[in-house]
Amino acid sequence: MFEIVSKRELAPNIVEMKVYAPRVASSALPGQFVIVRTDRTGERIPLTICDYDTDKGTVTIVTQAVGHSSRKIIDMAEGDTFADFAGPLGCPSDLLDLPEEELKKKRILFVAGGVGTAPVYPQVKWLKEHGVDADVVIGAKTKDLFTYVDEMKTVGNVYLCTDDGSEGFHGMVTGLMKDLIDNRGKEYDHCVIIGPMIMMKFAALTTKEYGIPTVVSLNALMVDGTGMCGACRVTVDGQTRFTCVEGPEFDGHKVDFDEAMRRQNMYRDHKKTHPETHNCKCNG
Amino acid sequence: MANRIPRVPVREQDPQVRATNFEEVCYGYNSEEATLEASRCLNCKNPRCVSSCPVHINIPEFIRHIAEGDLKSAAATIAADSSLPSVCGRVCPQESQCEGSCVLGIKSESVAIGKLERFVGDWAIANSGDLPKPEIISNGKKVAIVGSGPAGLACASDLARLGYEVKIFEALHEVGGVLVYGIPEFRLPKERIVAKEVDAVRRLGVEIETDVIVGRTMTIDDLLDNQGYDAVFIGSGAGLPRFMGIDGENLNGVFSANEFLTRANLMHAYDDSFDTPIYTGKKVVVVGGGNVAMDAVRTACRLGADSVIVYRRSEAELPARVEEVHHAKQEGIEFKMLTNPVRILGDEKGWVRGIECVEMELGEPDESGRRSPVKKEGSNFEIDCDVVIMALGTSPNPLIKSTTKGLETNRRGCIVADEDGRTSRKGVFAGGDAVTGAATVILAMGAGRKAAKAIDEYLNNQVCES
Repeated sequence: MFEIVSKRELAPNIVEMKVYAPRVASSALPGQFVIVRTDRTGERIPLTICDYDTDKGTVTIVTQAVGHSSRKIIDMAEGDTFADFAGPLGCPSDLLDLPEEELKKKRILFVAGGVGTAPVYPQVKWLKEHGVDADVVIGAKTKDLFTYVDEMKTVGNVYLCTDDGSEGFHGMVTGLMKDLIDNRGKEYDHCVIIGPMIMMKFAALTTKEYGIPTVVSLNALMVDGTGMCGACRVTVDGQTRFTCVEGPEFDGHKVDFDEAMRRQNMYRDHKKTHPETHNCKCNG
Repeated sequence: MANRIPRVPVREQDPQVRATNFEEVCYGYNSEEATLEASRCLNCKNPRCVSSCPVHINIPEFIRHIAEGDLKSAAATIAADSSLPSVCGRVCPQESQCEGSCVLGIKSESVAIGKLERFVGDWAIANSGDLPKPEIISNGKKVAIVGSGPAGLACASDLARLGYEVKIFEALHEVGGVLVYGIPEFRLPKERIVAKEVDAVRRLGVEIETDVIVGRTMTIDDLLDNQGYDAVFIGSGAGLPRFMGIDGENLNGVFSANEFLTRANLMHAYDDSFDTPIYTGKKVVVVGGGNVAMDAVRTACRLGADSVIVYRRSEAELPARVEEVHHAKQEGIEFKMLTNPVRILGDEKGWVRGIECVEMELGEPDESGRRSPVKKEGSNFEIDCDVVIMALGTSPNPLIKSTTKGLETNRRGCIVADEDGRTSRKGVFAGGDAVTGAATVILAMGAGRKAAKAIDEYLNNQVCES
């Protein structure tokens, strides 16, 4: 039912898929996510929407293989179908609620890292369509791991950095953010950070130093993703919040990242043994 | 004259064996047992059991058909009022409804109405091919139902029988709502029972689409304004889990009962061929005393953990069904009554290592009429455990409320609806947990049926007006 109409590898173990899901495509907005399930035995996996095409009825997702279930997703081929592709879930980006006049005055910085780059794209694209040029800092360990840079360049002002200096600014996103503000005369009054939890934590600390209001998009563990199980709870400003219905975007200066990182790794400590990696001799 | 024999006992899986598997606990009656039990019914002129049943099944009539050996008629009698007899026969709190008001119960034991209903339901599933297909004449009107749980299924069945074109939109990937994500396999088999009764609803012509989150994928307004539906019934069920607000609730190893049960039931995490993980550690403490708490603790036990219930009142106040408490005890669950958690203790890695509790005693009755528990100062003690499961109820899902203009909700976030399910929005009806907060399968079904009647009235009057 939810057919993969195209698939391409963006970097080693990072795959982009356009999936036919017309109901989701017609309702999706920047900042939202979907829950996918590969097959009858699969987990429900939340993935941020990276683009959507209402006419073609497709939704774009980008997946990085980090464990068994994400590996199952990236191993699917063009023409294969997801058993389930439900959404859009979560609240759209707050930027969408701003009056046009106010929005046009905003000087917005996006900070993207790793597989978080693709989910930044629909927001920057949406802003471009509404007459706002945003700056986008994209960080990667090394230049081969960049994704979505060409797409991003068509909609925003892109600044690259690599940990090893192989392309762009030599250093991490926090270094490049400081460089833009301190040495290149940039001023921002809104920042959106999407990427690995640890990068969001430190990038948000940096914007805090400069007093820039900051939004982060959390990729918490979820089961149903529709506001039922409470697995995705995070502490924001001392309050328990549910990422799936109240997020995924929260005030980056108020999220308890240490708790969020610990909770995200909950099942890494207690992995499920899967039949194909199961080494017992019970089947002879 | 009714047979003056004691209530026919029902066969169950041995407690020690079943505590290690997910097979159904209760085997139900066979044909001889059911016929014998049916012979006990007095066939009262004013059957109190019928008025205590939220969907008013003609209980004496279906029981009489069993006694006569006419199961086809027994199934037809129940089907007139309920599309889920195999489900309700298993999970209804009969002791406080039909069986609770059975005249026989005054001097001896009530008729085992629930077990007889289950027997008829299971017979109907096994013989579905032989049952007459109901004749339905389409009236050309469309009704959308939000949620495929008991409220939605009951509402859909009644409307389909009245000739409406009915479509159910389900947010999850399986059909059945709480019947598939909440109630465990060992109480309510999914493929053998739930899926089959859902199939029976489909045979009435009801269409069901999964993976549609009404409020996100499409809105109530979309359904009414753009998709040609004449009315909508919201049976979206319970929502976000409640927590206590004590220290340590976000430690790794603290789960809501909803999460723990959804992993086990909907996602089949107890089965190694499914990908979703579930964690119990060696010892699990479940906080709460309702049916959901019993389901969670018995699931944890089956996954191999020492399992304990912690409840702040005494055993007499446990909201769970007596049968569930009895089954849990047989399976070796420890019950710590008059005990309330104070905080959850973590290790250096942020995982649960124990729970600090305080002893309670019962004081004056509170507004619910139950004696309210009062803390015994200085009685704090710790229980070592790896997992804490909070089974404290839920608050309604905010999705539909936040995306439907003009839909009134109360201060707890529940949709405001009258006795017959009418909401503040014209053409929008609601029932079940979305309106009442967490309740039972059968109450949700009752609400779904009442709303179906109100929707039918509303749409007929509309025709007259136009």
